[in-house]
Amino acid sequence: MIELWQFHGGIKLEGHKSLSNKNPIVQANIPQFLVLPLLQHIGDPTKPIVEVGEKVLKGQMIAHCHEHDCSKRISTPVHASSSGTIVAIEPRAVPHPSGLRAPCIVIETDGQDTWFERVPLTDYMELPPSVARTYIAQAGIVGLGGAGFPSHLKLKPEGIDTLIINGAECEPYITCDDRLMREEPDKIIAGASIIRHVLGGAKRCIIAIEDNKAEAYSALLETAQQQQEQVEIIQVPTIYPMGGEKQLIHVLTGQEVERGKLPASIGIVVHNVKTARAVYRAVQQGQALISRIVTVTGNGIKNPQNLEVRLGTPMHVVIEQCGRKSGIKRLIMGGSMMGFALPNDDMPIVKTTNSLIVSRNDEIETPSLPMPCIRCGACANACPIHLLPQQLYWYAKAKDFKKVRDYHIFDCIECGCCAYECPSHIPLVSYYRYAKAEIIASERDRKKADLARQRHEFRTFRLKREKAEKATRHKQKKAVSDNSKETAIKAALEKSKAKYDT
Amino acid sequence: MAKQTVELRTSPHIRKAPSVDEIMRNVVYALIPICLFAIYQFGISALALIIVVTGSCLLTEAFFCRMSGKPNTINDYSGAITGMLLALTLPPGFPLWMGVVAGFIAIGLGKTLFGGLGYNVLNPALIGRAFVQAAFPAAITTWTPAFAPGRFVEFIPSTLALPFTKPPSIESWLQGVAIDGFSGATPLALQKFENISTDTMSLFTGMTPGSVGEGSALLILICGSYLIIRNMMDWRIPAAMLLGVLLTSGAFFMIDAVKYPDPLFVLFSGGLMLGAIFMASDMVASPVTPRGVLIYGLFIGFLTVIIRLFGGQAEGVMYAILLGNAASPLIEAVTQPRIYGAQKKVKSEQ
Repeated sequence: MIELWQFHGGIKLEGHKSLSNKNPIVQANIPQFLVLPLLQHIGDPTKPIVEVGEKVLKGQMIAHCHEHDCSKRISTPVHASSSGTIVAIEPRAVPHPSGLRAPCIVIETDGQDTWFERVPLTDYMELPPSVARTYIAQAGIVGLGGAGFPSHLKLKPEGIDTLIINGAECEPYITCDDRLMREEPDKIIAGASIIRHVLGGAKRCIIAIEDNKAEAYSALLETAQQQQEQVEIIQVPTIYPMGGEKQLIHVLTGQEVERGKLPASIGIVVHNVKTARAVYRAVQQGQALISRIVTVTGNGIKNPQNLEVRLGTPMHVVIEQCGRKSGIKRLIMGGSMMGFALPNDDMPIVKTTNSLIVSRNDEIETPSLPMPCIRCGACANACPIHLLPQQLYWYAKAKDFKKVRDYHIFDCIECGCCAYECPSHIPLVSYYRYAKAEIIASERDRKKADLARQRHEFRTFRLKREKAEKATRHKQKKAVSDNSKETAIKAALEKSKAKYDT
Repeated sequence: MAKQTVELRTSPHIRKAPSVDEIMRNVVYALIPICLFAIYQFGISALALIIVVTGSCLLTEAFFCRMSGKPNTINDYSGAITGMLLALTLPPGFPLWMGVVAGFIAIGLGKTLFGGLGYNVLNPALIGRAFVQAAFPAAITTWTPAFAPGRFVEFIPSTLALPFTKPPSIESWLQGVAIDGFSGATPLALQKFENISTDTMSLFTGMTPGSVGEGSALLILICGSYLIIRNMMDWRIPAAMLLGVLLTSGAFFMIDAVKYPDPLFVLFSGGLMLGAIFMASDMVASPVTPRGVLIYGLFIGFLTVIIRLFGGQAEGVMYAILLGNAASPLIEAVTQPRIYGAQKKVKSEQ
């Protein structure tokens, strides 16, 4: 039996997983148009390298970073997810909480789905890790758990001794990791060993699964035994937010990642199971990241299931394929705890779309007006970071941002446990996001003001200096001219004197 | 085609069921058996007092809500809880008009002045009681016997005193109901001033005189357990407070067993149980940090015993809790939990 640790707080949630985890993953239909945003995750946007009217093939790179080599930047290239013609490069609606439009490449598909040349890197073991790392960066792989951080930045061989493959999947409703682990355990394990190599040979490799996914656990365990891979398959308790990187590390190793630092600082790296499979596909099969598994679920869907969806596929195409019911009230991308609501389904599936929850009003209820905080402390008991959410709320509401900082707002992971527990139904997380945004904005303003002040101070200094310089110059001139005057007078006097004398 | 009206809200999109009104409603449920027992003990005077004080609290709340132009908040049950708790801490024969004053002060001064539910610094019910304790020192220490004959048909004379008049003496009524040897003193007062100890068992079951609702420690414990089991009360506060009482009184009992009462007597007498379970645990005025809760409870327990043994009054629960409330921001400030990933002090020195 493996010793596990516990993190503070957390909540037990109704899983709603059986809605969508019964059926195998199916291939989503090829839509008529694919809309690929130039930026699908945190980081720098890419620049298109194709033009309108150009024909592209499936897997062909169509946008990359300004310096071509994305592997050094927080950015990943974008690839065409099916063959067709570029019909537009223009701002389109994208799934982002801001609701703003963003530049996208639009491909009209030809239905052929013809592959671009695929070059696998099967001999990666003989090559230095950096080669595979650059290869993974070029394949456009990002963390597929939902946050979408470019994976190559988490593949640096900087003294990593433990690789954790995250199959916890603690968010209710989402089952894409569950299905993938059941159906393709070999690819996950193979992907994990590639990642291990790229990391410079991590000593330990753990695949962690919440104990509500027994089938996935046994599938992985069986495969690992068959392949005689040195991986530990570990079941962890089903407590939200177990899938949080820091929580999972704590439970598996008993170690805490220091505040404001990355897990790499203690020699640990965490990757999602889907990311491991994407790495496998890239390195062993030469496939760039052009599709991902999406859970389409909720009581607004006739056949909730998981689909392998080409990136850029409009959401309504996928929802239509699963059967849309009438009276849809909510559309959520991501989980019910941390995902965000979308205004409509005319948006593309992007690299970070792990699930779509389509709900009628009777499932995800509309909360009533919030009551005052009664300081019951339910939030503090649930907080996995051991923060005091009610104090954060209190000071955020009072706009006392210094205090908000003192109570460690920037350690908040926005998991939503506090707001879930709150009997007063206060949208706590919204308050924290607001406070964070305000603090960041004021910080920026302060920096700007500092710069302006420095400039102003330098200007006044410069003007003063110039004035002083002018004054001294003037004085010198004057002194010179005075001197010359005096000598002239003297000379004249002497002259006249001499005249007089003679 | 794809466009449709959907709601836009921020995460999390799901919520746990129990709401504030549900918690408050359950506290009211938990208080009902205590009220019923009080009525059984003291008759219609207790009934009238509970109704009048609660009514006064609710009307005051409605009045202030209207005055400040805020939505009426009497439906959240918190005003009712304050009223019931306040009534339970008063003597059974307390004049009703004074009860109205107590209720008005509790809600007006203790709650709405601070901004209503969630903003009060001190427990409103105890503010009300502290006020009438200062304003009507005689009436609040006039005790009547429990289980007086005819208590269900006849009011205790002081109950019906006219507003702004001195309540009539209950001497003649006491002789009328003729309970032998009733000195008009509670077990606490007997112990303190005359060193007569009351049997702990009768204290536990509530067969003694005292305030309306402080009678049966057993019943209060059962009602409190209901809330604790339903996860609607922080059990650590009452537990820490009772522990504080036991430790402090135990220490004194060990020093001088003749002079000081035994810890069990201290534990089950007076308003301690009611205070520990229903008042000290008031979420709004108590700390939320895990260690803070413990310190807060122990502190109140310690103060209660000190006031009881060395103060001018027989009972000390009220002031102990009010002082604990006042100290809770301070306690909270010094008991901040260590957050995830914060360096331990030893480490940071390395």
